[in-house]
Parts: sequence; C-alpha cells; structure tokens
Amino acid sequence: MDKPDLSVQLGALNLKNPVLTASGTFGYGREFASVMDPGLLGGIVVKGISLKPMVGNPPPRIVETPGGMLNAIGLANVGLEAFLSEKLPWLQKLKVLVIVNIYGHSLDEYGAVAAGLKGVPGVAALEVNISCPNVEQGGMAFGTDPDMAARVTERVLRETDKPVIVKLSPNVTDIRVIARAVEKAGAHAISLINTLTGMTIDIEKRTSKLANGSGGLSGPAIRPVALHMVRQVVQTVRLPVIGIGGIREARDALEFLIAGADAVQVGTANFVNPGASLDIISGIEKFLMEHHIESVKEIIGTLKN
Amino acid sequence: MIEASTEIVFNKRVAKNTFFMGFRSEPMVNVAKPGQFVMMRVRSSIDPLLRRPFSICGVNGDVLLILYRVVGQGTAILSEKRPGDLIRVLGPLGRGFAFPGKAVQPIMVAGGMGIAPLIFLSLTLARKDQHFLAGYGISAEVVPPDQLGIVGLSPAIATEDGSQGHHGRVTDLLESVLSNAKKIPSAIFTCGPLPMLQAVRRIALGKSIPCQVSLESTMACGVGACQGCAVRKAPRFDGAYAHVCQDGPVFDAEILDWEVM
Repeated sequence: MDKPDLSVQLGALNLKNPVLTASGTFGYGREFASVMDPGLLGGIVVKGISLKPMVGNPPPRIVETPGGMLNAIGLANVGLEAFLSEKLPWLQKLKVLVIVNIYGHSLDEYGAVAAGLKGVPGVAALEVNISCPNVEQGGMAFGTDPDMAARVTERVLRETDKPVIVKLSPNVTDIRVIARAVEKAGAHAISLINTLTGMTIDIEKRTSKLANGSGGLSGPAIRPVALHMVRQVVQTVRLPVIGIGGIREARDALEFLIAGADAVQVGTANFVNPGASLDIISGIEKFLMEHHIESVKEIIGTLKN
Repeated sequence: MIEASTEIVFNKRVAKNTFFMGFRSEPMVNVAKPGQFVMMRVRSSIDPLLRRPFSICGVNGDVLLILYRVVGQGTAILSEKRPGDLIRVLGPLGRGFAFPGKAVQPIMVAGGMGIAPLIFLSLTLARKDQHFLAGYGISAEVVPPDQLGIVGLSPAIATEDGSQGHHGRVTDLLESVLSNAKKIPSAIFTCGPLPMLQAVRRIALGKSIPCQVSLESTMACGVGACQGCAVRKAPRFDGAYAHVCQDGPVFDAEILDWEVM
C-alpha cells in the first residue's frame, strides 16, 4: 500500500500533517533543531509574543507533578520587535508552517501585536492566547468571559490579514459558551486546551512550590480532560479544531483526531523527548497503513458513541 | 547536543547515598566540556515525567561519567540501573567554565555533589598549582577520588561534624588558602548548595578574585525552550532573567543577583 495522505485542512491553512508543536514548549523553533528536524512538522506554534518584551515570573517557575508539570513562566518572551528581527528570519528559512501565538494585557495590546504581524511573510496564522489577565478588568482572564473573548477575537481580526485561531482556556464553567462566542466573533479556528490552573505545596516550608503561587498544569495528567473538552467543542461549533493536552504518543493524537480535532499540538512531551512530535507523525502513518486507511482525514471525527 | 539511547557501563555506590555512573557515548565524550550537563530520562513512563539534569563529572575513553546523590524519586530509580541497561541522554548542554590563564592559580571549592563538575574541570586543567577544596556534612558522604578511578587528585576535605579533615566549612579552607597565597592571582570555581555559593562569592568579592559558579536548577527541557530555570541577573546587568540551562549553568558570580537567589 502507498503511504497514506497525512495532510489536513484547517480552514484556509494546508498542513502537510496534523501534528504541530504547542506554544511555549518549542521556543522559537531553533532550540531542538540539532536533535530533530522541525521542517518535518505539520507546523510550529511559537512562544507567545507580546507587544513589549516580558521578563516573566520569579523562580521557581516549574515543578513536576504526577504525570505532569506546573509552570508559571509568566509569558516571558522577547517582544514583537525582537521576534521579527531575531527569531522569525531563521523560521522563515524552514519549509514549515509557522503560527505565531500572541497575547496582550488589554484589547489595544492584542490589536497592536496583530497589527505588527500584518502582512509579515512566513507567518501563516495567528493563535490568540486568551488565558491572560485583563489589566483593565481587575486581572480577570479574557478567556473566562464570553463577551470579553469575543471582543479580543474581533479586535485581532480587525487588525490582521491572517487566519485567526483562538486558544481556549479550560478554566471555565462551560467551554462551549466561550467556543460559541469566538465562533460568532469570526474566529477561523479554535485550539484547546491551554493549561489547567493548579498548585502544589512544600509541606516543610509551608509555601507553594511555585513563586507565583499557582501555575498551569500540563502533561499526560490533563489528557482526558482535554479530550473531553475537545469533544464538547467539536459538537458545538463548525470551526476547525486543534486538540491540545498531554499528547505524548501517536495513540494519544489519534484519540483527539477520532474525537473530531482536525489537528493536534504536542507540548510538554517535547521537553521529555525532543523527537516526540516526529514519532507521533510516523506513528499516525503506521496506524493508518495497518488499518488500510488512505488519508488521515478519513478518521477525523469518527467517534461512534 | 546529541539525543541518544546509551548503554550504562557501571553504576556503583561510592559514598553514602552517592553513586558514580558511566554510560557509553563517544559523540558526547568528544564534545563535552567541564561545567556542561546532561538530561537523563530515568524511566520511559510518565512517572517521573521529566528528565533529570546531571553535571558531567568526567570522561574516560568513550564513557561519560556522572556523580549523583539519591535525593528523590528520579535519582532513586537511576541508582537501580545496572550495567548493560539503556538510558536516554540529551547532551552535552549549557555553557561550561571559562578556563583561567596560565599565570592564574585555579581554586576549586566544592560543596557535596558540587564536586562533580569541578572534578572534570580539575582533570581537564591538570594544573600542579591548583587547590581543590571539598566540603561535606559528614565523613560518610565524602567521595574518595580513588573510588572514581582518579589518581593525582586529593582534595582538602572539610566536614561540618569534624569526622574527617577540617572541622568546619569548606569556606574556612578557602580563607586559609587565600591568606597563604596573597600575591598570586587566583580564580575561584565553585559548585554546591546555595548558602555555600553565597559565602564563597562574598569571600571572592571581598578579595576581588574572579569567581565562576555552577548553579543547580529544576529544569524541564534543558535547552532554553521552556524558560523554567530562570535566575535573576544583577540590576547593573539589566535585572532580567538568565536561564541556567542555556546561559549557564556556569556564571560569572557578579552577573547574578544574589539578593534574590
């Protein structure tokens, strides 16, 4: 049998395969390049970019938890200007789809980052992180309020000529409400889930193990939660969906595809195994061949119950 | 930087809770520099999930050496590995020590497992005029160089309970070395627990002696992607964060902000 077709369609975006690396887990694409070929990926979602450079939170920033890790990096990044001059040129040389994750602390900031990336060659799409605190609204995360999530989406859409993917926070009562709001606002695709808020305590010192107090849980521990939320969103909206959360091997990615995700992002697994994403791509290919399936598109959304 | 499944050649106990491991990787041996580290995946399951960082203690033929103390789940699993077992290793990683000039006398100051990168440095420099000072809590923790198959390295030992060598801290030894070698330009290389590093740095600063510190940190990726291992730089170096994995683990002590360490 010929090799199966791994390409997928995310609205206007053509991906050569459905496996991308998740924002914040793959740096700016270059960090792992000496041990794996990032050009083979379906796409790279680069670390979240803000208008100005952000130094991030004080350490300790990460702590391991059962089957996962908590992070409170604080969205440290080089800022839009340095990203464009120092990080993007290297990415543009790769034959890989680059999606830029963006965030802001106000609607204006979201708009300004999107505007700064308008027309920039080598940026295929924007992924909007709406899990950030809104400084104008007492620090409540944009992504926890449907109206605010819609306004961020609209603002970014107004400032960009690129497809807009909105990345949803799982720290909400009903993720379907947020998904509907961003669909109505005009988003081209949805990715989910971002990290789940959590904490862990040092019982000797009686302090949180993270200087920030709480952090975002990622890794295999969150996968069933992520899968369920992806299923809920797939059944709620007509938009393409990218599944994220604890994916570390091909079978995990296949679960998300069967649940209805059109593509997946691999995050924490990159830290453990820099080649994880590539192993997942070849594992999906092997699964399709073993099951005599000609295209990965044929298994998307085929959950029977 | 190489990522490979490597064969463990030996893994033996050399002191209390302390193990010496060698694994075969000619490509890593060929590029390893003193002060660099490796990330080891102690188990392929999800518990523990993350790799563990270890300073490179030396090389022997095509074998790369690490020295570690069992402090938690990851190192406990590592201590049970046997010769012939395979283990995935990513490395060598990070920036190592900047070597001193010929006219500068190197002084290594180690605390506990901080001895590991300093052994590699000491063997690489192979200087007859070097001082090697090693501090431990108790004598049972003392790592004898001959247990590591090393000849010609005999650190001056300090133990806090006085059970071996000088009764007190390794910084006492440092003060005494420095008072006897006033006129000679020196450079300090240090690795160990934070309070010890702070004390060594204070002494170095007081005598205007350059001091390089090798830091330990929790890490997820080891290559600069996660930004988890942040350490604050001194206000005059912009006060931003450096990353232990990429900008270190070896730093010029004066670049760091010791007030918030």
